[in-house]
Amino acid sequence: MKVRIDPEICQGQGRCFSIAPGIFDFDDLGSGVVIGDGTLTNDTIELARLAQSNCPEHAIFIEE
Amino acid sequence: MTDSPLVQDFATDWDHSDPQWVADPYPIWDDLRQRCPVAHTERYGGGWFPVTHAGVSEIAKDTDNFTSRNVVIGNGRPTELDLPAPIGVAPPITSDPPFHAIARRLILPAFAPGPINALEPMIRELCSSLLDGLVGEDVVNAGTKYAQYIPPGVIRGMLGFPEEDIEHFLEMVHIIMEGIDHPEEERIVEFEPVEAYFVAQMEDHIDNPRDDLTSYLLNVKLDGQNLAMEHVFGTMVLILVAGIDTTWSAIGSAIWHLAQNPEDLARLVNEPDLMPVAIEEFLRFYAPVTMARLVKHDMEYQGCPMKEDDWILLGFPAANRDPVVFKDAERFIIDRAENRHVAFGLGIHRCAGSNLARLEMRVALEEFIKRYPRFDLAEPDAVTWAPGQIRGPRNLPIRILP
Repeated sequence: MKVRIDPEICQGQGRCFSIAPGIFDFDDLGSGVVIGDGTLTNDTIELARLAQSNCPEHAIFIEE
Repeated sequence: MTDSPLVQDFATDWDHSDPQWVADPYPIWDDLRQRCPVAHTERYGGGWFPVTHAGVSEIAKDTDNFTSRNVVIGNGRPTELDLPAPIGVAPPITSDPPFHAIARRLILPAFAPGPINALEPMIRELCSSLLDGLVGEDVVNAGTKYAQYIPPGVIRGMLGFPEEDIEHFLEMVHIIMEGIDHPEEERIVEFEPVEAYFVAQMEDHIDNPRDDLTSYLLNVKLDGQNLAMEHVFGTMVLILVAGIDTTWSAIGSAIWHLAQNPEDLARLVNEPDLMPVAIEEFLRFYAPVTMARLVKHDMEYQGCPMKEDDWILLGFPAANRDPVVFKDAERFIIDRAENRHVAFGLGIHRCAGSNLARLEMRVALEEFIKRYPRFDLAEPDAVTWAPGQIRGPRNLPIRILP
């Protein structure tokens, strides 16, 4: 499973990197970015889903 | 519009300054959501109020049909003078694409989490010293003696204006907040002392550059050029207007809630890690900011015949109470785990200061409950709420409990 942020949709609401700072970070403009290649483990998938369910812009995608 | 007749039916005659709306808008919105998802009014020259999350979201993102040239509803339809499209009077909040992206890119780096998080010690010291000034009082006005002073104090620090100037700075802020929607000729005269003080500060920063927002704005490049002093001044005014009564309202609403919900207060006192989650629920439940748009051209939207330059009251606070999106939307749930609230707007105009607002809220509440772990409302009926597009308690007497 991998997580990604669509940069066209992200507006820098800031929820993902607050909820899951090990998975997401921010860039110089405050937009969300995925740390590394976004591969999720059994330990991180729930937190990634929580961040996804808090994104007001629906910019986070979790894919097989 | 205090002289206006009282509203009888908000579906056909809404008014966000009607006393009933100002006192408690939520039952009005719940009723409209059931029977009229886009309400209409002839007031203010004509306008529409989408009340569902879907409607608010769609209009916020639709910059083809709705413009941000004016985001605060005036007494009548906008005139040409109000609308120097596509830039607007206060970029980027009043800008449309494509200019919007350029203006926004200039200010976003200064409000990204990195520089904002570095302000935490300064904000904590400010909150703590405001509370020091209230020591010994049994009733403290959390609106006029605490929340109100936090955002301007923080922005003074961010701009790098001298700490000893704080009283003068607060006066300048007062002139700006009072005068911002006055006619241009009056505003220019009223703003003269403000401009003189701000220009003096800018000149000092040119001579002695330092690591603050003023030096950032003076050095940032647009098409390879520094910004004109007027542009820097205009941006500072926007930051003050957008960053003061909004955050002050958010802090005040949270304290108002805690004063009436001792179980929520006790949880925050005993579980400090809950604060960031609680902040999001405060933002959802008491979202202070409603923005406006203008209809770009005659069109039909959800069966409504919209005319060019009709107002749209973009009810982010109403969207946050929509049960289609939020389970138990009408309940404040301090540990709500899933919370896609839209208190900072949606789409390209997402509040540029949202990271700062959250930080100010968190630190202000942490310091307040550390000092006062138990409190309630001294006089519930004495609490007053600001009318218009920014909602929050103004007079907020809080009784400190042992």
